[in-house]
Amino acid sequence: MFGGIDPTLLIASLMVASVPILLAAVGELVVEKAGVLNLGVEGMMIMGAICGFITAVETGSPALGFVGGAVGGAVLSLLFAVLTQVLQANQVASGLALTLFGLGLSSLLGQGYVGIKPPLSKPVPFGPLADIPVLGRIFFSHDAFVYMSVLSVVGVWAVLKYTRLGLILRAVGENHDAAHALGYKVRRIRVLAILFGGAMAGLGGAYLSLIRVPQWVDGITAGAGWIALAIVVFAAWQPWRALLGAWLFGGISVLQLNLQAAQAGIPVEYLSMSPYLITILVLVIMSSRRGRAALSAPACLGQNFHAAR
Amino acid sequence: MNTSAAELLRIEGVTKAYPGVVANSDVSFTIREGEVHALLGENGAGKSTLVKMIYGLVKPDSGAMRLRGVAYAPAEPRAARAAGVAMVFQHFSLFEALNVAENVALGMENPPPMRELAARIRAVSEEYGLPLDPARQVGDLSAGERQRVEIIRCLLQSPKLLIMDEPTSVLTPQEVEILFQTLRQLKAEGTSILYISHKLEEIRALCDEATVLRRGKVVATCTPRDRTAREMAEMMVGATLTPPERRATQKGAVALGVSDLSVASPIPFGTSLKGVSFTVAKGEVLGIAGVAGNGQDELLLALSGELTSAPDKVRIDSRPVGDLGPVERRRAGLVAAPEERLGHAAAPNMSLTENALLSGAVRQGLVRRGFIDWAATERFATSIIRAFDVRTPGPQVAARALSGGNLQKFVVGRELLQEPSVIVINQPTWGVDAAAAAAIRQAILDRAAAGAAVVVISQDLDELLEIADSFAALNAGQLTRPRPVEGLTIDEIGLMMGGAHGMEVAHHAG
Repeated sequence: MFGGIDPTLLIASLMVASVPILLAAVGELVVEKAGVLNLGVEGMMIMGAICGFITAVETGSPALGFVGGAVGGAVLSLLFAVLTQVLQANQVASGLALTLFGLGLSSLLGQGYVGIKPPLSKPVPFGPLADIPVLGRIFFSHDAFVYMSVLSVVGVWAVLKYTRLGLILRAVGENHDAAHALGYKVRRIRVLAILFGGAMAGLGGAYLSLIRVPQWVDGITAGAGWIALAIVVFAAWQPWRALLGAWLFGGISVLQLNLQAAQAGIPVEYLSMSPYLITILVLVIMSSRRGRAALSAPACLGQNFHAAR
Repeated sequence: MNTSAAELLRIEGVTKAYPGVVANSDVSFTIREGEVHALLGENGAGKSTLVKMIYGLVKPDSGAMRLRGVAYAPAEPRAARAAGVAMVFQHFSLFEALNVAENVALGMENPPPMRELAARIRAVSEEYGLPLDPARQVGDLSAGERQRVEIIRCLLQSPKLLIMDEPTSVLTPQEVEILFQTLRQLKAEGTSILYISHKLEEIRALCDEATVLRRGKVVATCTPRDRTAREMAEMMVGATLTPPERRATQKGAVALGVSDLSVASPIPFGTSLKGVSFTVAKGEVLGIAGVAGNGQDELLLALSGELTSAPDKVRIDSRPVGDLGPVERRRAGLVAAPEERLGHAAAPNMSLTENALLSGAVRQGLVRRGFIDWAATERFATSIIRAFDVRTPGPQVAARALSGGNLQKFVVGRELLQEPSVIVINQPTWGVDAAAAAAIRQAILDRAAAGAAVVVISQDLDELLEIADSFAALNAGQLTRPRPVEGLTIDEIGLMMGGAHGMEVAHHAG
């Protein structure tokens, strides 16, 4: 025990706390690797949260709830895809609009669902493993999504690094004109990446409303989408660093609750601020072109693609 | 050349129109097996559209193509590659943040696993004398090395027809010679090459047949060896060309002095300047050559004032200005015209009048007590349009609506008409047709004759030799000592530009 905080419990709970931001960050990482900057993560997450919640309550199945959440996020991201890839709208403005739209629409859809308990998901039964002291509590006491979120990092890393699909995706984000000249369908690849990002954000949102909280309240995501965006930059577009970033930022939010409970001398506001301060710092470094190259941002990030003659 | 060799590709009556412009009209020609066929024409003559159709990037409106007697209509580059057509692009289609092997894999249909691909890249690059390390990041390669990546990407697919779009515009003379040896080796192995260029001496040295395009139509075919460069140039332009007139000018006092100037590049994968020193006297034109990406953009930024340095590193009329920004340097008499027309030299969505104000405000006195004198600004814009024969309905037109050549005349004219004492221009005639290019060069010479010191940065050696009094080259951010143009040989120029960047001659023949 350190100052009334149990480190075992802290680590176990930070793993849970980081799941929504990790899922959303991994999705956004893929989107940005394809050269698209979708600032609507917050909106897609909250749409996933309400769609997942409604599906789970109406069907009684948490599994179907997660499917509903992924679909909800993906459908909203499709709107972004149409705006930016078909109609060539500005990506930053469209992304911000997507967040505002998602927040409003989720609030409307969720009106009849306030105060209802969703069907609960159970931890994965690891049997005797879960009874190992310390390690059992940290690693073998969680629901399936904690493990899935880590697996998604492994999966995205492997696909980006080792497969042709990943190579093409990175190529489109690096130089869309060259990719087009070689005959790759830039827009199609980007739309698919956006849909993947939407589905992952939706899953993250559904995790909030179905497991972490678990109930529906307006604005349930409370800035988690913005933290997910920050993690992608913080991670310099590397999946493993995104995992690290999610645990760091998730850890800070858990620690802040624990410190409050332990009545420590540090004002918790400093801790609540810290993810955003780190983000601002990273964005400042990003905004100089030299820093941008050093952080290896995809070269076409945020630029729309027009097929020239 | 064996004229009885079988036909490889026959183009029959191909037409392609875009809104407002016919890019290709009823174009027909034939490429034989093992032939190097030149496609000649000015910018905008329709060469690029034509090869894009052969490579499947653009679909023709009408007409047909036959490859070895079989109907050939590639729906996409993939289909063209499958049929044995490969292309090396004019503006490289490479991914800077990826390594050489990944770049090659992206241009192949079914690439082998990376380790095997790396071995094959090594083998092919050895065979054709184009050494290349598959693990290097493309962003760190020189222009010549990047072109090797593209060529090897094509060669790995054993193409029947290799299309090369302006391949030598980024190479030093030595690198050009090595490229030609590679191409001759390919030709000996039976590969046909479609070679696009407007460098006529190269075409005479390399090509067996030539098709000349003008305004989208085939206007002539010829055997380049039997024609002079001048004859072919006149076929291309459709008019007699007059080279710019050069008056002997008296050199005056030093107007621009640069000593030991080192600045870090603000551009990703850019080249920092290292200890650049030179002086330009009144009435002198200094030509700075170099392969693209060796510090040209950075030199322009450092001279225009967009990048600042210690005060005494840059001097205008002996006055230190190194720490001053562009506006102060304009006031001191230095004007600059960057390479990128849209977005750097001109604001695309603003009218020509507004664009004239942006750089002319200080020297032309177009702003009084914070208010813009629109009448005077419009007079200034109109005078540029008139003096430089800019084809536009009027100064109210947005910059982006002008063709490349017309906008270039406008942005160069805008600087030259401000009666500057020092002029810095990067790529004055890039992408400009021959007549407009001649007009721009003449205007630069006229300014120099009137006593201005001129620095022209260009990748076009012929242009520099035509207008410059002294010559220097940028190589990896370092500037060679300027030398008088008279008496310079093309070999010496090549060595100043960095020689052949570690290339070697192909050592395999069969």
